[in-house]
Amino acid sequence: MRWNRRYAPYLFIAPFFVLFFVFSLFPLAFSMYLSFHQWDAARGLEAMRWVGVDNYLSALTDPWFRKSLYNTVWLALAAGIPQHLVALPLAYLIHTQLRKSRNFVIGAYFLPYITSSVAIALIFSTLLSKDFGVVNAALGTNIDWLGSADYTKPAVAIVVFWRYVGWNALLYLTALQGIDKEIYEAARIDGASSWQQFRDISLPMLRPMIYLAVTLTLIFNLQLFEEPFILTGASGAAREAGLGGVGQSAMTTAMFMYHLAFSDGNFGTASALSWILFAIIASLTWVNSKLFGRGSGNLGPH
Amino acid sequence: MRVHPFGRILAAIVTLALAACSAKDERKTIVVAAFPDLDRAVKAALPAWKRAHPDIDVKVVSREYGDHHTAMTTALATGSGLPDVMAIDRDYIGKFAASGGFENLAGAPYDAAAHKGKFVSFAIAQASGPSGNLVAIPTDIGPGTLLYRKDIVEQAGLTEADLTKSWESYIASGKRIKEKTGAYLLAHAADIRDIYLRSGLSDGEGMYFRGDGTILVESQRFVRAFELGLAARRAGIDAKTPHWTNEWSEGLKRGRIATQMMGAWLVGHLKNGLAPQTSGMWRSANLPSGTYGSYGGSFYAIPAKAGNKAAAWEFVKLMTMEREIQLGSMRAVDAFPALREAQNDPYFEQPIEFLGGQVARVLWREIAEKIPAVPVNRNDTLAAAIVNAEFDKVLNENKGIGAALADAKQLIEQRIRR
Repeated sequence: MRWNRRYAPYLFIAPFFVLFFVFSLFPLAFSMYLSFHQWDAARGLEAMRWVGVDNYLSALTDPWFRKSLYNTVWLALAAGIPQHLVALPLAYLIHTQLRKSRNFVIGAYFLPYITSSVAIALIFSTLLSKDFGVVNAALGTNIDWLGSADYTKPAVAIVVFWRYVGWNALLYLTALQGIDKEIYEAARIDGASSWQQFRDISLPMLRPMIYLAVTLTLIFNLQLFEEPFILTGASGAAREAGLGGVGQSAMTTAMFMYHLAFSDGNFGTASALSWILFAIIASLTWVNSKLFGRGSGNLGPH
Repeated sequence: MRVHPFGRILAAIVTLALAACSAKDERKTIVVAAFPDLDRAVKAALPAWKRAHPDIDVKVVSREYGDHHTAMTTALATGSGLPDVMAIDRDYIGKFAASGGFENLAGAPYDAAAHKGKFVSFAIAQASGPSGNLVAIPTDIGPGTLLYRKDIVEQAGLTEADLTKSWESYIASGKRIKEKTGAYLLAHAADIRDIYLRSGLSDGEGMYFRGDGTILVESQRFVRAFELGLAARRAGIDAKTPHWTNEWSEGLKRGRIATQMMGAWLVGHLKNGLAPQTSGMWRSANLPSGTYGSYGGSFYAIPAKAGNKAAAWEFVKLMTMEREIQLGSMRAVDAFPALREAQNDPYFEQPIEFLGGQVARVLWREIAEKIPAVPVNRNDTLAAAIVNAEFDKVLNENKGIGAALADAKQLIEQRIRR
């Protein structure tokens, strides 16, 4: 037998396609298929029953879905907007003011992003403990951060903000480093102040990166799961686990989806919910691109 | 015949692989999937298993409590990766029992129906499927008990009888404890709700559903349970701390929580990790108002698609029906035996140091016999989560109890239609 060299390239690229099919395409197609079926997973594959769009209607009319969507959007805004309002000036400051310590500072800000979210959530749940936590001890307060409906969402938002602010700063810093120094020199010769340079050169030239960073934040935050899941007691009794604490105040849509699938065993509605979430994220990303993405391919300040 | 060198290598590999497979066949291995601390009970029984079955190895696959049940759900869904013996917690037994993915142990060749009388009756009821089949064998149970801090109760000038006489006197005692010592009576108002929901049940009546599927959450039992929970919250005698949180374990450790109603197994957890330094300060009593209920419990089942069912059944029998093994589990992890025969051991008469020398196991044995045989429903966890969410609204958002229970019923109906 002679090996036909014609097939070699296909063989070499095959691992990617095999992995892509097994871990991406198949689960995607299966979840779409599942979203039109009623299925109690514990009964095995034979127990699937076609129900049409029933799962979608059921998910959309569930009061917990509305609650989770409200929480998700609340958290996306409360954790997302400050991320950019802080990261952008921070990056500018690091870019213009720091020389030697720049790498260390950006490394320190980036560290939370690469740390395991589970570890972060566990540590913060200890820090935010009502009676024995460092946060209350430092503030001299007795706030029940994770056990009172009024504080749970802000507490989760603070943790998410803390985690992603370094990531966004790094994105902005990268973009700032790509701006030609000569433009600033020319501006200085023309007598532009520091603020004018930031407003009229940096900001417009950062626009494509702002668009990218905001889009990523939108996607991350609307899929928020680990932080609120663990902060609000994932290990509690089965009836409370992963439901966002008191009054489900930090139950995100992703958490509700998980609850439907793995606690209620309702995989069909959970799949439908995941497609609804996908549609919401896709349309918000589209809106974002319409609002801020225009001209983002154009790097010039004019 | 001329054979290509590649062909020879291939033939050698195939021969070796076949030889390896046949060698493996001689030594059988059964897989037991469990969660902590049940895995420790399994491991404690392995020497006995080895003596009886030297040719069959046991591989214990242990995952965290939630991960174990998620992994088992996935394994049942796909029919792959199933263990030979599956440990199931009480919270999941209803859902799993209805799945049809397990051997009916009441039928041939197991004929476990003949052994039913060996176990406390409520545990057998929990392991029974809707059509009278038996999907699992109970191994440990959680007789509900009121654990209380004797020192705090005495400091408030109260006695055990004040706590247990009635629900009203229990709450009144809580007010006095708060006033005299500053400690909370309860970790969470939901503790009262939960135990009241288990009380006054007759054999055959489910917690959330009747046998015919009727949703019971608007019944008087639920109204009263919600009222009692709300009364505790209004009296300011609950620490608003859900179980298994940092706040909860610190509260138990530091004596901020004076009583805890739970399965008798909590004593083991308190002693081994939650609050070892409080040894000698706790006592165990009957639940208030003559209530009998069960908390948790574990079972062993054999998946219908398991590979070694005969060996698996031998293993399940060893873990659940052997007196010495059941007692070994009790010594190893404080698992209270579901096997009646094991409950007559002199070990039960021994004083428990953590409970200040109280002979509490005898009390728990009496409690276990009085617990009603409440059947489980596959939608119990779903209903529990919804009822809990509505109870939260009653406590925190001043929602009326009637409206909360009506909404709970409606949502349960909507969800179980799926």
